[in-house]
Order: sequence, then structure tokens, then C-alpha cells
Amino acid sequence: MYAAQILVNALVLGCLYACIAIGFSLVWGVLNVINLIHGSFIVLGSYLAFALYNLLHISPWYALIVAAPLFFLLGYLLQRLLLNRVISAPVLVTLTLTFGLDLILNNAMIYFFKADYRKLALSPPLGSVSAFGVVVPVDRLIATVAALALTGLLYLVLRRSRIGRAIVAVRLDRDAAVLMGVDVRQIYAIAFGLGAALAGCAGVLMALIFPISPLTSSTYLGKAFVVCVLGGLGSVSGALAGGWLLALVEGIGSALFGPSLATTLSFALLIVFLILRPQGLLGRKGFE
Amino acid sequence: MSRANIALLLLLACLAALPLFGGAYALRLGSIACLYAILALSWNVVGGFAGYPSFATAAFFGFGAYVAGVLMNKGFPLPLSVLIAGVSALLAAGLLGAALLRLRGHYFAIASLSLVEVLRELVNNATDLTGGGMGLNIPLAAGSSVLADAIFFFYAMWGLLLVTALTIMAVAASKLGFGLACIRQNETASSMVGLNTTFYKSIAFGLSACFVSAAGGIYAAWVHYIDPSDVFDILYSVKPIVMALMGGLGSPLGVACGAFIYLGLEEVVWRNYIQFHTGVLGLLIVLLLLFLPHGLISLRIDRLWRRARHV
Repeated sequence: MYAAQILVNALVLGCLYACIAIGFSLVWGVLNVINLIHGSFIVLGSYLAFALYNLLHISPWYALIVAAPLFFLLGYLLQRLLLNRVISAPVLVTLTLTFGLDLILNNAMIYFFKADYRKLALSPPLGSVSAFGVVVPVDRLIATVAALALTGLLYLVLRRSRIGRAIVAVRLDRDAAVLMGVDVRQIYAIAFGLGAALAGCAGVLMALIFPISPLTSSTYLGKAFVVCVLGGLGSVSGALAGGWLLALVEGIGSALFGPSLATTLSFALLIVFLILRPQGLLGRKGFE
Repeated sequence: MSRANIALLLLLACLAALPLFGGAYALRLGSIACLYAILALSWNVVGGFAGYPSFATAAFFGFGAYVAGVLMNKGFPLPLSVLIAGVSALLAAGLLGAALLRLRGHYFAIASLSLVEVLRELVNNATDLTGGGMGLNIPLAAGSSVLADAIFFFYAMWGLLLVTALTIMAVAASKLGFGLACIRQNETASSMVGLNTTFYKSIAFGLSACFVSAAGGIYAAWVHYIDPSDVFDILYSVKPIVMALMGGLGSPLGVACGAFIYLGLEEVVWRNYIQFHTGVLGLLIVLLLLFLPHGLISLRIDRLWRRARHV
């Protein structure tokens, strides 16, 4: 029973991790930029949900609809105005630039929202369901379903829409995509906007489950790193696989060695994966 | 020896005269200036010479602080503890480098960032040895005044900076420096012509860790109290990069000047806008990368040189 509970927990948590990581993975895969501002976008999304619920009594489900376009616009403008200028520079430059942006956003959030931990408490609380001796809180379950739906939506967009096909084309071969008439700068901005929108939506979902504070942004970012490397870059299925693997390792690790060592374990696993299998579980060798 | 290197040594000599003029506050600033210059020069070996985007500086800084701190608590004298911290970091980073430096670009950046997290969590969990999240107290040196203490640690940092600068200059002028420049320009080609790239990169990584770790040891003795979130702060990884970018990548003089200018800016911002200081740091980074990607040194030499010729 204990084992079943650990498995179910890992399955639920894995979907949430995938949701945290998928925007990060998209940006890394398509733009070749490690987007260090991702964690702060997630926290900003959580604050949006918190504010909408507490000030205007808008439920977090509708907050998703508000968050997606707002964050898309934010990400689109950021890429269009700032990141596109240095996009062809070496890794160090783009990475440090997003770090600088992250410092600004995080400092602004600490100043305006304070560093206190807040919690979005739904009233009435949703409680939990249990079946076969396994207990799952309902808010987590709903967030999981929403996370899966978001990932599925991204998959559909990338597969079916013209813009999605263009994003994939740029990812596969930038130069060939240019020759086929794809406006690469526009696609970069759209991909970054999509990444930001996914981060904002992930933040709304996380607000239901985890406490909200600007200080948690680095934790989210760390999870996104690990998930991307474990699962493989730039693919939706890779993010899901990475999320589940990470959640499983953390769950089993904390059951065996205690929760404080679980983070160490996940980062150690990250380094092992980087050295032995840098393309990740589902990634293919060849494209970075 | 090139003109730039002589200028750097002159700059350091001027810095050494600081205790003649300044009080405890100036000495504190001077010590931090030396610390920052050590971090930036060390990062420059792997980031500037070899062109690998390393974010591991904080890992080695914390490593050194904890190695020296634990040893001093066990009764070792300060110089020996710092020496052990430096040498053990050299060996550990050399070995780690052999594995990590096979990764390139983003993957190396992520791996070096994760190294900081792994070490921080390990120190956090090894409560018996390191005190975990409660931090580690380092015994005070008995019977010395505040000013004498400040002068002692200033010269300790300054001495280490001198050693670092001389080593880096020697590396830049040697076959090792040439090999690292080859690796930066085209790693595959340099291994084709018979350069043992893994060996060279490991040495570079080890050297970049050694002085940072020793500086961490001195820092621990200087502030008497360290805790994991302080010494494994990711900002210790990012600040040296900003300094090096500010001064101009690869040139020891530029990097050291970048460190001093950065400290000046940081101090002004910190004193005037305490609630926004990380935000202003972020803004500085963004502006620097967008408008001055080759550092201040590019600005200076280009402009002055051209004008002088036309006259």
C-alpha cells in the first residue's frame, strides 16, 4: 500500500514537474537559450492567480485563461526587444542576460509582494479522494489533469498548426527554415512567448498546491533543469518522461533516505545523466 | 612581459599601500576588491582562455570556505587550512573536470550550475561535520584589535591575489595558455593536431578552482561565520562573469579592472538603494551585454588609439 501511495504521488507530481519544465524545454530546444527567468515567470503566475482569487474572487481555473495571453505578450516582447539582439552570441551571453532579467524581476517581486510565503486557500477546501487505500488531494488531482491538458495542447499546437510546424522546422534546421521562407526572429519571439505562457499557467496551477514566494523561483528553475536533462530537450514526451522519472527518484529517495537528501539525489542524477546520456531518455542524438 | 601585465602589477602595488591611508571600512572594501579580483581572474582561466561557460565558482568558493572552516575548528592554523583548501580543490576540480568538461555549451553550463546545488545540499545534510543549515562558527584569533585584524586579512587576500595574478600571467604566456586558446577557437581541430584537450581543460578547471577555494578559506576565517546559503550563493558564480565581461574577456588587466569597477558600482548601489540592489545589478548586466559586449577595455583602446594616430 505504501509503495502504491509512493507510485501515485510520483505520477501526480511528475505531471506537475513536466508542466513546470515544458516551457523551459521549448525555449532551450528552439532558441538554444537557457532561460533563467523561467522560475520567476512561474512565481509571477502564482501571484496572478493569488491576486485574482483574493481580490476579484476569480477562481484559478479562469485565471489560466487570463494568465496565458498576458504571459505570452510579456515573453513575446522580451524576446522581440531584448533577447533577439544577442540570440546568435555564445551561450555565456544569453545565459547571463536572462540571469540579469531574472534578478530584476525577482527583486521587483520581493519589493512589491514581500518575501513572505502566501497560500492560495480555496474556500471551501476541496478535500481529498481515496481509493484502494491510496489518498490523493483533489486540488493536486485537478492541477495534474490541467497540467496534462496543457502539455497535450502544446503537442497539438506543435503538430497541427502552421506556426507549430514552423517552430519545429526552426528547431530542426534553422538555415533550411530560413530558405523555406520562415521568419526566424518572429518564430523565436513566438516560441519564447509560448514558453512564458506555459510558465505562467504552470504558476497558476502551482499556486493551488505550493506556498507562493519569490524565493521559490530557483527551486522551480532547478526542477526544470533536471526534468529537461533527464527527459531530453524540446520534446513534449521527453518532458513528461523526465518529470515522472524525477518525481519517482525523489519519492523513492525520500522514502529511503529522508526528504532532505532527495534534492541532492536529483541533482547528482542530473550530473550522471549529463555525462553518460546528455541527450536524455527520449532525446535523439544530433540536435542540441 | 607585456605592458598590460606590468600595468596590472603596478595596480596591485598601489593597492598594497591602502592600509597607509584608509581606516577599517576602506580595508574591508580593499579585502573584498582583492577577493573579487581573485574570483574573476580564476574564472577567466576556464571562461576566458578556454571559452567554457563555467558557473562553478560558487561551488569552489563554498568548498574552500568549508574545508578551511572545518579544519580550523579542529585546531589547524589558518595558513595550513587555506593551503589544504586550495590544493584539495585543485585535485578535486581536476578530476571532476575530466568528466564534466567533456560536455560543451549549454550542457556544461547546466552541469556546473548543478555542482553548486549538489555541494550546497551535501553540506546542508552533513550536519555532524559542517553544522548544516545552522552554519559553522570559526574561532576568533585571540588578542588582536579590530584594525590589526582588518590589516591582516587585507594582506592575506592581497597576497593571494598577487599569487593568482602571477600564476594567470604565467599560464597566459605558456604552452598551456596557447593550448587553451586553441581549444576556445576550435576544440575538434586542436585535438586533431595532437593537443590533449581533456588534460588541458582539466588543468584549467583545477587552476580556476584552486585560488577561489583558498580565497573561500580566507573569507571563512575573516567573517568567522559561514552557512551554506551564504558561501554557496549562485551570485558568487555570476559576479565574476559580469566582472570579466565588464573588463573584457581574456585579458588579466581588463578582468582585474572589471572586478574593481564592479565593486565600486556594487558599493554605491548597495549604499543608496538597499531594496533594489539585486535589481540594479540585473539592470547593469542587461545593459552591459546589450551595449558593451566586449568590455570597457575595447572602448578605451579603440578610441584613444585612433585619435592619437590622426593627430
